[in-house]
Amino acid sequence: MSTGLEQLYQQIILDHARARHGSPLREYDGAGRVGESHQLNPVCGDEITLRAGLADGAVDTVSWDGAGCAISMASASVLTDLVQGLPRDEVIALVDNFREVMRSRGRIEADEEALGDAAAFSGVSRFPARVKCAMLAWVALEESLLAANA
Amino acid sequence: MPVIDTPVTLTPTDAGLSDAEVHRIRNDFPILGTEVNGRPLIYLDSGATSQNPVSVLEAEQEFYEQRNAAVHRGSHSLAVDATDAYEDARAAVARFIGARPDELVWTSNATEGINLVAYAMSNASLGRGGEAARRFALGPGDRIVVTEMEHHANLIPWQELAARTGAELRFIPVADDGTLRLEEAAAVITPATKLVAFSHASNVLGTINPVAELVRLAQGVGAFTLLDACQSVPHLPVDVKALDVDFLVFSGHKMLGPTGIGALYGRRELLDALPPFLTGGSMITTVTMERAEYLPSPNRFEAGTQRISQAIALGAAANYLAETGMQRIEDWEATLGERLVRGLGAVEGIRVLGPDAGVPRIGLASFDVDGVHAHDVGQFLDDKGIAVRVGHHCAQPLHRRLGLTATTRASTYLYTTTDEVDAFLDAVALVRPFFGAHR
Repeated sequence: MSTGLEQLYQQIILDHARARHGSPLREYDGAGRVGESHQLNPVCGDEITLRAGLADGAVDTVSWDGAGCAISMASASVLTDLVQGLPRDEVIALVDNFREVMRSRGRIEADEEALGDAAAFSGVSRFPARVKCAMLAWVALEESLLAANA
Repeated sequence: MPVIDTPVTLTPTDAGLSDAEVHRIRNDFPILGTEVNGRPLIYLDSGATSQNPVSVLEAEQEFYEQRNAAVHRGSHSLAVDATDAYEDARAAVARFIGARPDELVWTSNATEGINLVAYAMSNASLGRGGEAARRFALGPGDRIVVTEMEHHANLIPWQELAARTGAELRFIPVADDGTLRLEEAAAVITPATKLVAFSHASNVLGTINPVAELVRLAQGVGAFTLLDACQSVPHLPVDVKALDVDFLVFSGHKMLGPTGIGALYGRRELLDALPPFLTGGSMITTVTMERAEYLPSPNRFEAGTQRISQAIALGAAANYLAETGMQRIEDWEATLGERLVRGLGAVEGIRVLGPDAGVPRIGLASFDVDGVHAHDVGQFLDDKGIAVRVGHHCAQPLHRRLGLTATTRASTYLYTTTDEVDAFLDAVALVRPFFGAHR
């Protein structure tokens, strides 16, 4: 097995791709406002519908339905674990941080302290064709939060 | 100086292709000797685009080095040379499909060829082209028929034409086994039908469609036929007169030629009656400030400076294929296709789309891997130097019909060896274990 493939598909990604934390999509029953976003990657047909609740300036729940590759599904699962309970501003900063790493073509090392399990996606940035897969859920979260604030 | 060099490494013969012969053919394709991710390239994506032999690359380079000039204008020697080479290429490609040179219109690709016919019919529907073009006019109550297995290129232009003219678009459904439901075709192709557009061979399923049967149904109601031959002209002998279709399109880059060039075949009397699509220079006889008279086909459909070097290179590609022998290529790919289908069918958790083993198919196979997305399958294979296509292959309705969103496709050509097919099959067997989908 070449190192490239193992860098891309780290065990934590393969595990999350199967476990899919936050899936399926649930009705929001929190006390705050809820936003939803549907994202589609027309190249491969990867799809996600994500719902995020925002209460007292913090993300209180994330749930989603999706169909797609291991990278996109694992990314949604990791994201769910990472942002629940975080203040909205921190989540936005996290999304920006993740996007920067993904677009770096391997030049920016992920900050594990900030990104936690999402740092495992560092290897994806060396595969430009797969960056959209990793970003799909993050873009959906970003838009859900905008919708919840609207 | 010969206008198009014929390949010297190949000797025409009736003997079938063998691995030894294929290895000899591979020497003509520089890219097949390269490495990808530290592994020898195993190129199984010829259904998307094929690779080019040296004779094709040289034809294009030789044109730019020795003959480059605008064609059909200018009286200097270089312009005459360029025009000769360009028209010789048209003759070579026309001959390759059994057409006359004046029945072959250069296009950018098959997509443009289909759009050309669709927009010409649209123009006829607006009254352009006068009395002679009235037979191409569409309106409310008229019908366009396609099939459920079409590439988007042979679907969307007809959706748009239907929307512009008020005609309705209907389709012949696909059965579970990846064949057309012919018993329903007769009900769909009604006397209101003006055009039946369908693919010769499916780019996803590998199915070879019953052209004669569909042409008979279309002709029975006086409808025109358009055949998308993108996956047949490169892979099996095609004779437009024997097929008896009205229009046929294909792309150069899928048949060893360069990108940016393809062709539309049309019956001479139809092309001459069809109003033009793109208009401008090089397609006219007399122009005033108010109006213009148009040249006969094929020039009336070739407005502006043409794809000269690409056309010449496509001529070289057609000659390369003809020298190798299309029947031999078809037979070889049938062997590879059968090997793919049987091999994939033997791997646990794999569903092969299209006809079962033993049923004729072109040399490709699309498949679904249970528990692993096609994108991940493609990535895994790429790591081993194996290039395949993943996604919906520009056939979303067909995938939806089969209950899938994305599949993996391996497609072969005359330069594919049985060892490559076997290496691919070995790699596919490792996919589900790698992704933990076999538990």
